[in-house]
Amino acid sequence: MSEAPEEKPPPTITPVRVVIGLCLLAPFVAMLWVSSYARIEPTLIGIPFFYWYQLLWVLISTALTMTAYQLWKRDQRSRHGGER
Amino acid sequence: MNDGVNGVALAVFVFFFVAVTAMGFMAARWRKAENEHSLDEWGLGGRSFGTWVTWFLLGGDLYTAYTFVAVPAAIYAAGAAGFFAVPYTILVYPLIFTFLPRLWSVSHRHGYVTTSDFVRGRFGSKGLSLAVALTGILATMPYIALQLVGIQAVLDVMGVGGGENTHWFIKDLPLLIAFGVLAAYTYSSGLRAPALIAFVKDTLIYIVIVVAIIYIPIKLGGFDEIFAKAGDAFAETNPATGQPRGALAPGDAGHWGYATLALGSALALFMYPHSITATLSSRSREVIRRNTTILPLYSLMLGLLALLGFMAIAAGVKVDNGQLAIPQLFENMFPDWFAGVAFAAIGIGALVPAAIMSIAAANLFTRNIYKDFIKPDATPEQETKVSKLVSLLVKVGALVFVLTMDKTVAINFQLLGGIWILQTMPALVGGLFTRWFHRWALLAGWAVGMLYGTVAAYGVASPTQKHFGGSSAEIPGLGEIGYIGLTAFVLNLVVTVVVTLVLRAVKAPDGVDETSPSDYTADAGDPGVKTELPPATAGDPVH
Repeated sequence: MSEAPEEKPPPTITPVRVVIGLCLLAPFVAMLWVSSYARIEPTLIGIPFFYWYQLLWVLISTALTMTAYQLWKRDQRSRHGGER
Repeated sequence: MNDGVNGVALAVFVFFFVAVTAMGFMAARWRKAENEHSLDEWGLGGRSFGTWVTWFLLGGDLYTAYTFVAVPAAIYAAGAAGFFAVPYTILVYPLIFTFLPRLWSVSHRHGYVTTSDFVRGRFGSKGLSLAVALTGILATMPYIALQLVGIQAVLDVMGVGGGENTHWFIKDLPLLIAFGVLAAYTYSSGLRAPALIAFVKDTLIYIVIVVAIIYIPIKLGGFDEIFAKAGDAFAETNPATGQPRGALAPGDAGHWGYATLALGSALALFMYPHSITATLSSRSREVIRRNTTILPLYSLMLGLLALLGFMAIAAGVKVDNGQLAIPQLFENMFPDWFAGVAFAAIGIGALVPAAIMSIAAANLFTRNIYKDFIKPDATPEQETKVSKLVSLLVKVGALVFVLTMDKTVAINFQLLGGIWILQTMPALVGGLFTRWFHRWALLAGWAVGMLYGTVAAYGVASPTQKHFGGSSAEIPGLGEIGYIGLTAFVLNLVVTVVVTLVLRAVKAPDGVDETSPSDYTADAGDPGVKTELPPATAGDPVH
């Protein structure tokens, strides 16, 4: 089947987009690598590492997603300047 | 364990319940549009919700009463393994960041109300769309039933569930009332009702969690004490398995299971019809992306809530039914009136998702079964009417399910539902990015995934159950224990790719794609994107 005639806007892969991708990918690496955090020590106010580390990652991944969102908005703005 | 009715707690509970009911009926008039007889209005709240309403709606939708009861219950029962819900919800947001805005755009441009609408439009295949719709309805039904289980747990602990020997009608009367009320305002107000009620629900939940996470550890002597006691409890041998009851951190053998459960659940979450319904009700593409950055607040709450499971152990809560552990902890720890607030939070927490789920299932039926196969020329008025009726039927079905069958049946089906719904991902998410997959290949992959998942889940035994004893089994060829849903998904994907290659080689007829590349990036305000209502709140980016 034929694709629509209009082409997508120029370079699809840019450094900014790579950074966005990494921001979104990082939580997967961190969370799926279970052996990196499946232990009790060091504890934090009595909470085993296993738990507080993952709770910490809620915050880290939020910060990363926010960064990705801001970069994406910038990326879109610069692209939409030339389009339409 | 029922030591009479807790009058104060019950009064507080009833107060909140009545308040929420009034809101539910009034919601019909909230931001009402001129054309109220369309499915967009009733089933998607006019596609008008801004960032905060969407946030409450999605939060109210994804973090259900059952979650609040079941996640700490899992911790209470087995320790670390139950904590997978946290990495699961961490992974959800980067994931949906990538594909949900595309779904929003294409749905707005073509007026899609359900995921199946999109699949039909993209692949030109009613068969594939039917498969997605049926999977969605099947997976949602037990989920609704489990919301009832959540309410039941609360009622039980408050002492109004009645003992085992109460007449069944008296025993179930409170549940029947709660559900009758829910059904009535969903019918009249559509998606606006849960959207409005979600404000109350989440406010209550946040208050309860913050208080619980500070107040209970102080009463129990700090986290050191809590985890020490929990560690001791987990080290005890479970007579049924001859192994320790649980652990504070997963052992080597549990790593794969933990990771695959987190990943598989994260992939599955936004395949559920109710997640998509809440997403499509948002006003713009930006609302969704912005929400991926603020929704993790709920994950934090869920994580803290999970820790309550340890507190229940440390507080010496002893229940046969793990689902009752947290309500019982609240009852034991909090003064009566605050226990009432906590119970109201859980109870209302069940109503919001139950309403959204029934609307989502009804939309699927109306759009992808009724309109596609029974009455192709249905008018928007007729569609809305059918959807309203089906939303009632779905709820009655769930109620009958819960009242007539054992609770474990609902839990088993919900477990299966998660495995099943994941099998719609290649068609949906794949379709959002590429048209390469062949519609018949997707159907074949779906069928294989469904079959494998069901059979594998059937074969899992636990000390208490012969079948459906859990959601993890050995991954063929790897020898590790992993989430069945994810294994089935990988199998599904392999079949889809192989069959696509074959079908492309023999030039099998491809369906008609009614979408174009620019549809996937369109935003509100672009030509062809419907904007029903002028924004009711400020804060939308101007561009």
